[in-house]
Amino acid sequence: MKLRYERPYLKKMNVGVMNKFGSRSDFQPVKFIDGVSVKSLTDKYGSPVFVLSERQIRKNYQSAVRSFNTRYPKVQFAWSYKTNYINAVCNVFHQEGSWAEVVSGFEYHKAIGNGVAGNHIIFNGPEKKEADLKLAIENDSLIHIDHFEELYKLIDICEALNKKPRVAIRVNMDTGIYPLWDRFGFNYENGQAWNAILKIVGLGKMQLVGLHCHIGTFMLSTSAYAIATSKLCDLAMKCKNQLQNPIEYLDLGGGFPSTNTLKGSYLPGVDTVPPIDDFAEAITTTILGYGFQQNELPMLILETGRALIDDAGYLLGSVIANKQLSDGRRATILNFGVNLLFTSFWYDHHISPAQDFTHYTEETILYGPMCMNIDVIRESINLPLLSPGDLVVVHKVGAYNMTQWMQFISTRPAVVLIDETGQTHEIRQAETLKYMEIPESVPVHLQHKK
Amino acid sequence: MKIKKNIATSENGFIFNPSTGDSFSSNPIGAEILLFMKSGKTSLEIKEIILENYEVEPAQLERDWEDWLLQLKDANLLDL
Repeated sequence: MKLRYERPYLKKMNVGVMNKFGSRSDFQPVKFIDGVSVKSLTDKYGSPVFVLSERQIRKNYQSAVRSFNTRYPKVQFAWSYKTNYINAVCNVFHQEGSWAEVVSGFEYHKAIGNGVAGNHIIFNGPEKKEADLKLAIENDSLIHIDHFEELYKLIDICEALNKKPRVAIRVNMDTGIYPLWDRFGFNYENGQAWNAILKIVGLGKMQLVGLHCHIGTFMLSTSAYAIATSKLCDLAMKCKNQLQNPIEYLDLGGGFPSTNTLKGSYLPGVDTVPPIDDFAEAITTTILGYGFQQNELPMLILETGRALIDDAGYLLGSVIANKQLSDGRRATILNFGVNLLFTSFWYDHHISPAQDFTHYTEETILYGPMCMNIDVIRESINLPLLSPGDLVVVHKVGAYNMTQWMQFISTRPAVVLIDETGQTHEIRQAETLKYMEIPESVPVHLQHKK
Repeated sequence: MKIKKNIATSENGFIFNPSTGDSFSSNPIGAEILLFMKSGKTSLEIKEIILENYEVEPAQLERDWEDWLLQLKDANLLDL
């Protein structure tokens, strides 16, 4: 019987200052996802392929809800469609009881298509077309106004339809973090938010039922949420006391981080990211301590996306080739790049091999297959001695990659869901050339003559 | 391709270049190939032994051989 082969490898031994944080080598193979072998997934659905774990999505959701429900009496989650709007994914959240949070007409129609009741759709975002607003009003959806143009447009539509929609305003504010997301909504500190509230309540064309904010993304500071909650509570209290317009809900938006490791971090995300419990504690303690009567406590809405799905998503791919660069560094080319893994611009994704190796590892750069220089998945990673055809597993890719992916140079791969019984379902087919060319047309004088 | 004569190698993959002071480690197959190279075997002979003893396709070995020589050259271990 022949011996197992591994390509010959030489490593210079350097004596230097040790990294006091230490580092982990990523040579532990990940051969199964929820009991399904990685090899069987790529054999059946191709490589690369995105894989989602329904079990993990539900676990994340239930755990996040528990963090808030155990601290506050009225809590509602709304699934952030832009984080991952593949219908099967959305429906897992809706089955769990989540409303829909959408930021465009496109997403609004997806939510309706997924059977979400109109009054359980939160319509956010800076661009809401007139037809979409009319539909949202007819469906009694919650419209979150982003700017005065939209407010005036809504007033006109209300007069034309003779309807009184339920609305909220989005409020931006200084919570002590940078950057300040003041491009969305009305500012708290300069009085713009209060002016908008006065206009809505004063005109009486709409029902001001909520206040919304979304202070940032991948927030590592829980105290910023306490400040944001406090400022929304202040506006809510003023609405009740000065305008006799009690606020029914406070929407604290999203922004909770996943446990991915941000580029430039010394420590991995799992060691630095606060648990959702800490965010829940900061938010709910602030509301409960603000002085609302028990029967007047506003409902708390959360639009958490990333933290609920990132670690339920995997990208499986294959090694195309190994290279040595001109300066001696090792490089590995994979069959997926930044076109599919948009988040590799922000994160040092954890990547594991999917088959057994020896303990020898080498530092390598991981490149994607795009014919462009910026297609880098990891600038530096310690991996076993990979060979062409070997499979790798990229972890925590469930958020944003399946919505922000690019159809660039090649088509997008299939997305597979592993259900709670271990059955696999292709929830989005791999794109084909024929599919990509459906919207195209070639004028007669440019057509290929057969 | 020959390894420099003064390079010290061990069976467990430790390599020392006394003229530069550099030391290296290699995986077991790398150590085995280095010993073959030191004993004066030709590239062809070494590749034949590897193909006979290991689960590897000739094309794959050929690609890895080129890569291996590049590593040795970068490490300044080859007698060019």
